[in-house]
Amino acid sequence: MNIANILARKGPMAVTVRPEQSIREALLLLDRHNIGALIAVEGEHPVGILSERDIVREAARNEKFFMRVVADLMTRDVITGQPHDDLLSVAHTMTERRIRHLPVVDQGRLIGMVSIGDVVKAQRDHYQGEVDTLQTQLLAGEGGPAH
Amino acid sequence: MTTLPGTPDRPLRVAIIGAGPTGFYAADHLLRNAKVVEVDLYDRLLTPYGLVRLGVAPDHQKIKFVTNVFDKVAANPRFRFYGGVEFGKDVTLADLKMHYHQIVYCTGAQTDRHMGIPGEGLSGSHPATEFVAWYNGHPDYRHCTFDLTQERVAVVGVGNVAVDVVRILCRTPEELATTDIADYALEALRKSRVKDVYLLGRRGPAQAAFTNPEVKELGELADADVTARADEVELDPLSRAAVERSADRATQKKVEILKEYANRRPTGKSRRLTLRFMVSPVEMLGDEAGNVTALKLVRNELYATSTGALQPRATGHFETLPAGLVFRSVGYRGVPLPGVPFNESWGVILNDKGRVLDSDTKQPIVGEYAAGWIKRGPTGVIGTNKPDAAETVDCMFEDLAAGRVLEPAHPEVAAAEALVRQRQPNYFSYEDWKKLDKIETERGRAEGRPRVKFTSVDEMLAALGR
Repeated sequence: MNIANILARKGPMAVTVRPEQSIREALLLLDRHNIGALIAVEGEHPVGILSERDIVREAARNEKFFMRVVADLMTRDVITGQPHDDLLSVAHTMTERRIRHLPVVDQGRLIGMVSIGDVVKAQRDHYQGEVDTLQTQLLAGEGGPAH
Repeated sequence: MTTLPGTPDRPLRVAIIGAGPTGFYAADHLLRNAKVVEVDLYDRLLTPYGLVRLGVAPDHQKIKFVTNVFDKVAANPRFRFYGGVEFGKDVTLADLKMHYHQIVYCTGAQTDRHMGIPGEGLSGSHPATEFVAWYNGHPDYRHCTFDLTQERVAVVGVGNVAVDVVRILCRTPEELATTDIADYALEALRKSRVKDVYLLGRRGPAQAAFTNPEVKELGELADADVTARADEVELDPLSRAAVERSADRATQKKVEILKEYANRRPTGKSRRLTLRFMVSPVEMLGDEAGNVTALKLVRNELYATSTGALQPRATGHFETLPAGLVFRSVGYRGVPLPGVPFNESWGVILNDKGRVLDSDTKQPIVGEYAAGWIKRGPTGVIGTNKPDAAETVDCMFEDLAAGRVLEPAHPEVAAAEALVRQRQPNYFSYEDWKKLDKIETERGRAEGRPRVKFTSVDEMLAALGR
């Protein structure tokens, strides 16, 4: 299981914003898409990530945070994933480094975003699937084969 | 105001395309709902179960017990099976829209990924899935031929399909004779002159997808010695750090087993299986007649990506591995369905949590859904498709509640049945399949095998007196 398998069932969308857009515009995007982070892009290249946490931090000390622009608040040192990165490594890195959103790039081009929620769900489904398969085999073994 | 479908008077009509595990799991979730749902499960083959019948290795019968679960689903009176009815050919999307409120595609990943190296198309180089479909008696692959007079065989990949292929190649006819392998395959493998089998992984043992029981099985083959190279099963520093960090005991155990194989001396068995790691074929070499004769391999090293995932990178060291037969198993892709938006990058139907999306607007298309490998790509075990199908079915009921369903002109169960009967008079119902199943298992019992499969459409029809 790798990042590509998560993106495959997420539709083609990663919501992006330009660095010069205002925080007000960014908030509208977060609300409209019901998400927790936006990827700041110049062309197709991610240059930063703006999370709800970045906005909260600014709001706590600056009442006029609405007027600022994405470039002021975004995190520039973005960790990105690649489609073939495996789920275990990604889960480990996101947990250890407390990353909730991972932009995914392929040859420098932004192709999607994976959230920690996506990773947890994929892991849960993966383990559930394994348990289910093992149980089916064990039960069949006890009850004797049908064939 | 008309009420929404899902009531006894007006059941929700759903067509599922593809009778593999996902198709059955989707049917199960649909039929367990409080709404009244009538499910028709279509498959282009006469027989159900998809890869459980035609992919799972014949010497892994326990995995096939999951068909008991599918039979319980099929016993529901609100379930029907239409076997031998192909979507896009016998029934079209337009036909289905006339008869169903919702359509779910569960067609899996039917084709192999290409390696993209020179010589891949040489004679004697085959997709591993063709070999698998052949030995499992898939009607479309029964006429495939593989040159089993070759002594050296290379299998590229270390996923479970690759491991199945090397195991079947290394088994003795006596071992295979107790399975439900196709009769013609058993005969061909009886005459096999294969002596040396190589399994080639591009990364190290810690990244290999095969499970520990699968690796152990390779060490217990009746007449094949297993071996590995000590330098290749030793973990590189990055992999060792990753395994220690995650306290991954399964991987530690896997490496121990492989190290033990590396220490084994040949015991004089007729065949030898060599497990190789950290090598990638960069070219297939052939003779003048266009037959593959060898693989040019490059040695890899691993590097960590920004998320810590370990990926292979070619070094400048090459070697040549002679092999007259090559099976490629480097991943699978879904096949586009006529009229259904496809995501070329991932080889899946374009979807969001299972809702099929319009290619242009990227908005959900009313009434069309995807589940299983055609939705997320080929990953996970059989059971992984259960939560996957559940996610899709949840979306279907959400859409139903919002009134976002198709409005078929002929939602009656009998109308769809009449259509199928008209288009494909020889279709199999579930009762037909169970009759065939009984004949197959009875034929098997006589030979001490789980079943003896019918492998052609004509044979299957004849067995049922048609």
